[in-house]
Amino acid sequence: MSTPQTTHHIQFVSGNEFKRRAAGIVADPFLKKSFRGAMDFLMMKRAAQFPDPELLERQRDLAEHIRRYSLSKLPELLEQLETNLKKNGVQVHWAETPDEANAIILDICRRHDTKLMVKGKSMVSEEVELNHAMDAAGIEALESDMGEYIVQLAGEKPSHIIMPAIHKTKQQIAELFAAKVPGVSYTEDVDALIQIGRDVLRKKFMEAEVGLSGVNFAVAETGTICLVENEGNGRMCTTVPDVHIAITGIEKVVEKLEHVVPLYGLLTRSATGQAITTYFNVITGPRKSGEKDGPKEMHLVLVDNGRTQAFADEQLRQTLQCIRCGACMNHCPVYTRIGGHAYGTTYPGPIGKIVSPHMMGLGATHVLPGASTLCGACGEVCPVKIPIPDLLIRLREEATHEAKPGHAPLFGQGAGKTAFASFAFKGFAFLYSRPALYRLFTWAATRFRALTPGNQAGWTKTRTPLTPAKKSLRDLLAERNKH
Amino acid sequence: MSARDNIFRKLRAASTTTLPSPDAAITAHYASLPRTAKADLAKEFAEKITAWHAEVHAVPRSGWVAKLQEVVVAKGIASLLYAPATAHGKAMEAAGVGGLKPYDKPIDGWKQELFENVDAAITGTRGAIAETGTMIVWPDADEPRLMSLVPPIHIALVDADAVMPTLYDAITQQGWSQGLPTNALLITGPSKTADIQQTLAYGAHGPKELIVLLLTGEDAQ
Repeated sequence: MSTPQTTHHIQFVSGNEFKRRAAGIVADPFLKKSFRGAMDFLMMKRAAQFPDPELLERQRDLAEHIRRYSLSKLPELLEQLETNLKKNGVQVHWAETPDEANAIILDICRRHDTKLMVKGKSMVSEEVELNHAMDAAGIEALESDMGEYIVQLAGEKPSHIIMPAIHKTKQQIAELFAAKVPGVSYTEDVDALIQIGRDVLRKKFMEAEVGLSGVNFAVAETGTICLVENEGNGRMCTTVPDVHIAITGIEKVVEKLEHVVPLYGLLTRSATGQAITTYFNVITGPRKSGEKDGPKEMHLVLVDNGRTQAFADEQLRQTLQCIRCGACMNHCPVYTRIGGHAYGTTYPGPIGKIVSPHMMGLGATHVLPGASTLCGACGEVCPVKIPIPDLLIRLREEATHEAKPGHAPLFGQGAGKTAFASFAFKGFAFLYSRPALYRLFTWAATRFRALTPGNQAGWTKTRTPLTPAKKSLRDLLAERNKH
Repeated sequence: MSARDNIFRKLRAASTTTLPSPDAAITAHYASLPRTAKADLAKEFAEKITAWHAEVHAVPRSGWVAKLQEVVVAKGIASLLYAPATAHGKAMEAAGVGGLKPYDKPIDGWKQELFENVDAAITGTRGAIAETGTMIVWPDADEPRLMSLVPPIHIALVDADAVMPTLYDAITQQGWSQGLPTNALLITGPSKTADIQQTLAYGAHGPKELIVLLLTGEDAQ
C-alpha cells in the first residue's frame, strides 16, 4: 500500500500524445493568441497588486511559513478538524482513492433520492471525475460557476484552474448558448450571456436536492470551511439545497482562522489581481434548530489520492503547500503557448506537472516534468514559495531512475526510462571515463564532422542539426598554451 | 483498515518535526503595515466599496429610514425582504416603509417565492473593513443567510464607527474564533464574473446591485 492504486478512468495522454496536442495548439494562431492575451492580462493585474517587491517578499515568507507549519502537523490538524466539524454537526468522510470519494458522495445522494446536484467550483471534484460517476448513476451533476457551466455545456474540461473557459471566445459561447440552451437566440453581449446563465441556473438551485462545493481553506480550531468566490454560485450551492457536500484534499487544513488571513490576501491577488473577492463564505456547520435557511445536512469528504505519497518525502511535501491560485500557469511560457488542455491532467501548468504524478502515477505523467524550460517564473511568483523548478528536476530524475536506496518507489517510478536513453548515457559514461578512448573519439569526431547526419530524430524537428566543432576544447587549449 | 486509518498511518509514517507557530509573525506583519487613521476608516471603506460597484449613501443614524424610503422609490422596489425581530426591522415597521416583507418562516415552504417575487432585501452588518471595502455580514436565526444572496438588490446598513482597518483586525478584535455563526460572510460589492473573455459582468448569481447605507454621526454627511 505504499502507492495509491487508481482503478478509475482518468483521461490522460501519453508522452507522444502530449507533444502532438501541444504542437497542434502552437500551430493554431487563434488559440495561441487567446491564451497569450489572457495570460498577459492576468500577469499585469497581479503585478499591479504588488507594487512593493519587499512587502511582497515578506508576505510570501509569511504565507510559506503558515503552509509549512500546517503541513508539519498535518495529522494532528486533521484530527482536530474532524473533532470540531463533528461537534458542529458536520459528517466527516475519508477517501483514499477517487472511487472511494465518488462512492461516498453517491451514497449520500441516493439516501436523499437525488436527481440533481448543483456544483460550485471544485477542482478536487474534477480530479476524482465526480461528474462521470454521477452521470453513470443517473444523477445530473450540474456545474454552476459560469466558466464551468460553459465548459460543461460544450462537453469539455476546464483549461485553467481559476478561469475554466479561458480558451473560449464570446462568439463561441454565443453559438454554444444558442445551440444548447432552449429558447435562446444568438447574442455576443456578455451581460446578456451571463443573464442567460443566471436564469437557467437559478431554477436549478431551487430544484437541486444536493449542493456540492470545494474548500479553499479548512480551519481545524473552529471546524470551519472557507470558500472564495465572486459569483455567488458557491453560496447558492452551500445554502439553498437541503444537503451540502464539500470535498477537499487533505492538505487544505490550517490551524487557526487567523492563519487564513494572509493566505486569502495572497490567493486572490496572485490569481486574478483582485485585492479581495466578492464573497468570502465561512461555513461552520449545517442549519441549526431555529434557523430559517441553510442545508439541513452537511458533509465533508477528505480525499488523499496520492497526497500521502507527496507528504512522505520532505522535498516533495512542498507540493502540498499549494493554495491553487494559478499564478504559476499564468506566468509559464509553456502554458501560455499550449493552454490547459494539452497536458491531459486535471491540473495543468507547472503545479499540474508536480502534483499529477502523485495522483496518476509517473507512468501516465512522466513526460510532463520535462515539458519545462526551467525558466523559474513559476517558483518566483508562487505565493507560498513552492520551489517548482527544483521539484520538476526531482521528478524528471524519479521518472527515469530506480528509487534511491532507503526511499519507497513513487507510483510509476522509473516509467520514463527508455532503453535508448539508458544505452546513450551508459555509452557517454564509458567514453568520458576513459581518457585515451575519449581522445580518440574527439579526434575522429572533429576530423569527420562533415559526416554528421542532418536528420537527428526529434532534435532536428525544430532545431538545426548538432555538428561537432572543428577543434575540440582540448585542442584549442593546447594551442593557446603553446603561444 | 478503513480509508481513514490508512491515510493517518501513511501521514504518521512520514518524518515530520513541528515547525514554530506563525502566530507571532502574523501579528508582527499586520502591526508593521501602515494604518489608516481611525477618523478616515469609514471614508476609505466607502471609496473602496464604491470602486467594487456598490452604491454608498452616507446618512445620519437618525435619518436612514428616510433615505431607505427614497431608495425604495427610486429603484421601484415593490417587495422588500426584512428581518422583523431586529432593531432595524422594527424601525422600518414603525416608519411604515412600503412593500415590507418579513422573513419570518423557514425557507422550505416559500423558496420559489423568494427567488421569483422579492425585489430587494435589507440586512444589518457586523462592521466593515476599510482596506478592501468589505462588509462583515453575520446571519443568524432572525436575519437568515439567503437575504444577502437571492434578491436582486441587497441593501446593507453599515455603522461608520464599526469600520476596522483590516480583516485581521476584525477577526482578532471581534473574537471570531470564539463564536462563529453557521455562516459568516465577507461581502465586497455585488455578485460578478469575468468568466467570458475576462469581461466583467455584474449579477452573475447573487445580487445585481449592492446599496450601502453608511450610518454616521448627526453632523456628518
